[in-house]
This record gives sequence, C-alpha cells and structure tokens, in this order.
Amino acid sequence: MRLAWGLRVAAVAAAGLSLAILPFLVGDYRAFELGRMGIFFIAILGLNLLTGYTGQVSIGHGAFMAVGGYTSAILATRCGVPDYLTIPLGGLTAGLAGLLFGIPALRLRGLYLALATFGVAVAMPSIAKHDRLEGLTKGTTGINLPELHSGTWLYGVTWAIAAALFLLAFAIVNSRLGRAFRALRDSEVAASSMGVNPAAYKVAAFGISSFYAGVAGSLYALSNAYVNPDVYFVSLSLFLLIGAVIGGLGSLTGVMAGAAFVQFVPPNASSILDAVSPFAVDSRAPGVPSVILGAALVLVVLLAPTGAGGLLRRISAPLMGRLYTRSEGG
Amino acid sequence: MPSAAPTWATEVALAAFSWQELAQQVVSGLASGGIYASLALALVLIYRATRVINFAQGELATLTTFVAWSLTNHGLNKWVAFPLTLLIAFAGGVALERVVIRPVERAPVLTVVMLTIGLLIGLNGLTAWIWGGETRSFPSLFSTGTVDVGGVAVSYADIGVIGVTLGAVGLISLFFRFTKLGLGMRAVAANPETSPLVGIRVGWMLALGWGLAAALGALSGILVAPTVFLEPNMMQAILLYAFAAAILGGLESPLGAVVGGLLLGVILNLAGRYVPEVGGESRLAVALAVILIVLTIRPSGLFGRTVGRRV
Repeated sequence: MRLAWGLRVAAVAAAGLSLAILPFLVGDYRAFELGRMGIFFIAILGLNLLTGYTGQVSIGHGAFMAVGGYTSAILATRCGVPDYLTIPLGGLTAGLAGLLFGIPALRLRGLYLALATFGVAVAMPSIAKHDRLEGLTKGTTGINLPELHSGTWLYGVTWAIAAALFLLAFAIVNSRLGRAFRALRDSEVAASSMGVNPAAYKVAAFGISSFYAGVAGSLYALSNAYVNPDVYFVSLSLFLLIGAVIGGLGSLTGVMAGAAFVQFVPPNASSILDAVSPFAVDSRAPGVPSVILGAALVLVVLLAPTGAGGLLRRISAPLMGRLYTRSEGG
Repeated sequence: MPSAAPTWATEVALAAFSWQELAQQVVSGLASGGIYASLALALVLIYRATRVINFAQGELATLTTFVAWSLTNHGLNKWVAFPLTLLIAFAGGVALERVVIRPVERAPVLTVVMLTIGLLIGLNGLTAWIWGGETRSFPSLFSTGTVDVGGVAVSYADIGVIGVTLGAVGLISLFFRFTKLGLGMRAVAANPETSPLVGIRVGWMLALGWGLAAALGALSGILVAPTVFLEPNMMQAILLYAFAAAILGGLESPLGAVVGGLLLGVILNLAGRYVPEVGGESRLAVALAVILIVLTIRPSGLFGRTVGRRV
C-alpha cells in the first residue's frame, strides 16, 4: 500500500512539475492552445458532473459559457474590474442562471431535458443580439476586452483553476452529494426512497455544472479578448458534449482526453482525414472537421460507449490491482 | 437568418391595425407553420416508434434538399427532381436506420440520442463538404403573385405550401389507416414486444418509419429552401421550430404535430408583427419559451395522453 501511495505522489509531483515548465519549452502559441484545452477541460468536467454523474443530458452548456463570458466582458469593460477577478464572478452568474434554468428543467427527464437545453443553445445567440440587451451585450459586434494576454499567462491561469476545480469535482463525486447524484442517475425512484430529494439534488447539479461552464466561458472570453454571440454558437455546446462522451461519461480521468480531442482534432481534421482515408479526397474543404467529429462521436457510442475513461479503467485495473497486492504481500 | 415571413411585414413599423393585414399574417403564418408541421411530423413518427428524438432530422432534410438542388441544377425538371428526391430521402432514412441505429436498438434512449447528435454534426459537415458553405437560391414549386381572397391578398406560394403539407399529412394518415403496412407500423409503435408474435417484422417497420420521416423532412426542406435560401445550416432554426411544434401538439400525436406546427407558425408570425420585442431572430427565443412553457405546464402537449409513471 505504501509503495503505491509513494509512486502516486511521485507521479503527481513529476506531472505537476513538467506541466509547470511546459509552456516555456513549447513556445507561446502552443501554450495558448494548451490553455484553450484547459478551458474545454473545465467545461467538460462540469458537463460530466451533470450528465455523467447525475444522468441529465445538457446540449446547451455553450449557452452557460456565454453567460460567464459576457459577465466577464461587461464587468471588465464597464466597472473596470481586473479581468482575472471576473472569472469567479462569471462562474457564479452562470451558476445562478443554471439554478434558475434547473427549476423548470426539473420537470423534464432525459429526452425532454435534452430538447430544452438544445433550444437554449440555438436561441442563445439571438437572445444576446436582442435590442433590449444591446446596451449590455453590444449586439452582433460584441465587446472587446481591455487586454489580450499571452499564451503562457492563459496556460498558467487556466490550468491552476482547472486543477482546483478538478479537486473540487473529485471531492464532490466522492462525497454524500456525489453519491446522491449517482443514485439519482441509476434510479430516481430508488434514490428518493432512500431519502434523496430528487428536485434539490438535480437543481444543485445543474447549478454546479453551470458554474463550471461559466468559469470556462469567462476564460474563453479572456483568451479571445472579445465576446460576441457567434463565439458561443450551437457547435460549442455540441463540442462539449462530444468531449464528455469521448472522455467517458462518469469518468473524471477521461475528461483530459475529451478536452484534448475537442481542442486538437478540429484544426487538424484535414491531416487526420488524409491519414485515414484510403482515397484521395479534398480534405481542406469546409465541413471536414464536422464530419470527423460526428463520425468520432458515432463510433465511440457504437464501439466504446464508456469512452476513454472506460478504456483507461479496463487497462489500468489489472495493473493497479497487481501493484496493490504485491505491496500488501511484501 | 431570414425568416419564412415576407420581410415587408416586419419592416413596416407598428402601423395602424387592419383586419386584412391580420388575415394576411395568419395565412403566411399557416404557410411557415406547414413547413414546421412536416418536420415535426417526421420527429413524431420516429418518436412514436422508438421513443427517440432524432436530432439529425433537420440535417438530413438539408442534405436531401441539396440533392434536389443538384438534380434541378443538372437540368432535371423540378416536378421530376423533387419526387425523386423524396424517394432518395426515403432510401437514405431506411439505410441510416439499418446501419447506424439498429445496433443500439436495445440501448438506453440517451445512447441513441447521442448517436443522432453525432449524425447531426456529421451530416452537417458532409453537406458543407460536398456542396460548400455558400448560400444558394432554390427554385420554388409555385409561381409568384397573389390571389385575392375576400379582400386579402394571399400569395400562391403560401397556398401551395399549405396545400402540399396538408396533402402529404393526409396521404400519410391514409397510409397508416388503410394499409396493412401502416397497421403493422402502428402495431410496432403500440407494442413492440408482442407484434412479432403476429408476424410483424419489427426491425423493418422501424426502418420504414425512418424512411418516411426522412422523406417528410426532405419535403419540408424543399418547401422552405426558396424563402430562407439553401445553405448547410438552413434547417437549424427550423428544427427548433419543429421541436416546439411537436412538443406543443404532444410528441405522441401525429395530429398534434400538424396542429402544433400550424399554430406555432401563426403564433410566431403574429408575435413578430404585433409584439415590438419580437422580430427576426428573436422568434427563436419565442420558440424556446413555447417549449419551456408547454413542458412545465402540460408536458404531454395539446393532444398527448397523460401517462402515469409506474414504479
């Protein structure tokens, strides 16, 4: 047991150290990309808490990212708040929006919730462009933030927040709250007969998950140094869902794979297509990234429904098991 | 996104109220409602048979509308090209069910939903890949011009769209009512466990349902393309309207989908004209509000039965 713990601590320390010096080795643009990946990591983590652990599908998390992003942009430009301080506020506003949306959504299970959240994702850009909100959101033009940060800055801030939120998610999943979430996912009837109040826990899950999305949305706004309605379009919501499924619903470790997929696959779609296609095709045409993403989602659902997290568990379970038995024997 | 309503109506600021204009707004609302109704009916057909919402229904419709565009662009008469497109859509729907949906027939509903979302993204990309992202004009089935009905100028296109959708809906209900195949499909929807006992091939009935739904979707695409112009994201908003229509009428009920579609078309048109807050894209928010209100107050919709949940 002690050996396994020692190995774990050493591995985490080594990983942390190499992550800390990574941006200085790979250059600013790569650091920016890795920071972007951290943003997806946070959002997918939140979505996974909702969909993977509580069993509520949201196709509209991009809209909650938008709430966070707009909150940051408005606070930073109008109230002169330093932009990094707006990140938690963006998260809180989005969390509040999620709580509010969670109340009518309580009546919706499974499919209906998917429909309603899809509606939120599709309608969000038009709400942000609406004349009544134009004073706040600046309509289609959007808002420019005061400062464009370096990739290294983004990398550091994003991954520090991501690490904290990962620990928080880990604590939630392994707490009374997380057990209640999983019980609701597996059987709402059984859970409520054990004294879990479905309404309260589902709204809580929606709020927490939207908080994550809001933090990610704020960081997204900071990384671009602007927000406009088209930044948070429907495809962003779909990207997050793809990331959650590919990472594996109900697996926290898989989220990294999901985030990496969402960040790095679409821009490299044409070279991926060239590599896998047996025929010569026009791989630079528009639409190719979507085809790759859609095909990946279909294949994962059909062939590996547990996603990367599930595969990882299947590979690592025998290894870790052996490690533990050996250390206990010796 | 340009809407199906004539733009002059929205550009005239709140002018004096007139009954003629109200009637015109209702008729053009019914016309766009007919388009929502056919896509909503497609969703309902699949929902009744398999308890799944097909999120890819809109993208399927866009893809087949592009097929219709290509056929007419290669010199085929539109009266040949459009029926041919419906056949192609039908075959595509059947093939999709057999190849992609069949393996997850017994999986939880949400797995299948994820799959249809994968199809949504993939088909959207495929359309952009094959035809490119630019916007194209699409030939209308109907001639331009208006006809005077009791002092109200009604365009041929509006009459045509309403007529075609009602005709299609009528044909489909006749098919379900009076053919053996239709009876089999209803049996599968009502009771998939026991229908094989009387010799119904459940799998093929489901595939047939997907085919019919794809053909209906193609119809809605062909009808809407002349007004909103053809581009890969054409059906994204229409899909939301169709969701709202299907939920308004009750996801269980084909009649509800049609009535819901027409009603939604009228609601959106009247709101766009007479409520100053609503116009252009904010119709999407109205559709979202319709979805949320119906789901909160009466989740089974106008025509759905309320089903008790058993433990």
